[in-house]
Amino acid sequence: MNIDDIFRQRRKRWDILLKQRTAAQEEQTECPSCHAVVETSKLREKRWVCPHCGFYLSMDPVSRIRFVCDEGSFRELFGNLPQQNPIKFPQYEEKLATMREKTGGNDAFLAGEARIRGIRVAIGVMDSRFLMGSMGTVVGEKIARLTEYAGKRKLPLIIFSASGGARMQEGLFSLMQMAKTAAMVEQFKEKGGLFISYLTNPTTGGVSASYASLGDIIIAEPDALICFAGPRVIEQTIGQKLPKEFQHAEFLLEHGMIDMVVERKRMRSTLHKILKLHASV
Amino acid sequence: MSEKKMTAYDRVKLARAADRTNIMEYIEALFEDFLELHGDRLYRDDPSIVGGIATFHGIPVTIIGQRKGRTTEENIRFNFGMTSPEGYRKARRLMEQAEKFGRPIITFIDTPGAYPGIEAESNGQSNAIAENLAVMSRLKVPIIAIVTGEGSSGGALALGVADRVWMLENAVYSILSPEGFASIIWKDASRAAEASTVMKITAGELKELELIDGVIPEGNRSFPILDSLLVETLEKLRKQSGAELANARFRKFRRIDGLFDGKRGE
Repeated sequence: MNIDDIFRQRRKRWDILLKQRTAAQEEQTECPSCHAVVETSKLREKRWVCPHCGFYLSMDPVSRIRFVCDEGSFRELFGNLPQQNPIKFPQYEEKLATMREKTGGNDAFLAGEARIRGIRVAIGVMDSRFLMGSMGTVVGEKIARLTEYAGKRKLPLIIFSASGGARMQEGLFSLMQMAKTAAMVEQFKEKGGLFISYLTNPTTGGVSASYASLGDIIIAEPDALICFAGPRVIEQTIGQKLPKEFQHAEFLLEHGMIDMVVERKRMRSTLHKILKLHASV
Repeated sequence: MSEKKMTAYDRVKLARAADRTNIMEYIEALFEDFLELHGDRLYRDDPSIVGGIATFHGIPVTIIGQRKGRTTEENIRFNFGMTSPEGYRKARRLMEQAEKFGRPIITFIDTPGAYPGIEAESNGQSNAIAENLAVMSRLKVPIIAIVTGEGSSGGALALGVADRVWMLENAVYSILSPEGFASIIWKDASRAAEASTVMKITAGELKELELIDGVIPEGNRSFPILDSLLVETLEKLRKQSGAELANARFRKFRRIDGLFDGKRGE
């Protein structure tokens, strides 16, 4: 074997090795429901719905905007609100810094203006990766400002919620964000604004018990957990297991608490239909 | 600061004590001609909420608040002051009625939280609380809220969107019970005493943070002080128009953003 052949063979081996490594680097995600391991790119293409069992994985705000809004139409608002530690909770600043790093957002809420099939909207999306999407002063303030923004420009307001409730680390300040956001959307609605509240998994506690339950139209994603008190708290209180469907989107529909359950693939067309039905002359 | 140094958790215990002054005693001490009204007109009457009309120094007012019992039997009947959606809806009905007749509203808050139960969830606990927050933010009559014992979570706030929010000296007002908080943050409910301190739930701390408007001393002077404070405040509030009241209340809650040093974005 001459020296060229040796090199050629080596190169072939390197190529194979490189290819294997790229394949291994292809990011994979495990479905939390059926535990199938799926290529992340494929999941993204499927709108984060598991191709094996149909489970709705949580969707980060940027993906949500991408699937809902016209390409390139989204412009972020209030993305630079400074974070504070209003009750001086130990290690809270460090926690926030970690979360900002992890999610790329300034808190658990992305707000902006965009278009849906040409119709201008004010839109906000909670980020469940950021401290469980909990609502503290920054989230509350962003919701308040987005609502004012929509009111001033006569834009429909759409908010996708995904939250564990009020943010513990900001104490009573977080509780007051419930009153604040509820008052804001109430005023917006009284002046004729259209508020579409879109509930995704999970929407609980202080978020479900404030602005999120006040939509003119309330939409939920299939199987999303939507409740005030979480199932574990209730099980502890009453000392019995809860039925599986209890507090999920379909249960709420049956009990008259929401208008519709909409599959992710119809999210954009449903929103567009509602917007069109409310388009002012 | 002449008072003895009490820990936050000491106050939690006082706020929960079985012999603590309850709403019926406040009504007895401060009002005349109390007439209790019942029911949400949708499903049932929630005994955890007392509501009705009375006169205060000759002025008709609407009174609403949580009821706790003295004995176990009473507490079971009043569900330990844990309100269901029907209770919040009764409260809302009475508040809207008060607005119609131009009556000031005075609420007494004393609850370990909204009731976490199957029926409460099925009947829209979230919706009931949210609607109260929204409606209270725009009512055109004076609203005064007094946290007399435990003011826990959204279940307390649903009676708390008021022009003035006062707390009894040993009352506590919090996002969640200290036990619940400790179990969420540290996965250990037994650290409730520690949680009480970091949560900032006492009247003095919340006054300092400007989340409440006044602290009412306890003891023998409690009723007379509350009485004269109510007289003075209602006189002031009743001079304002309905729109002025609603606007001021809206702005009061709109302003709560945790930004003390003027470092605002945009």
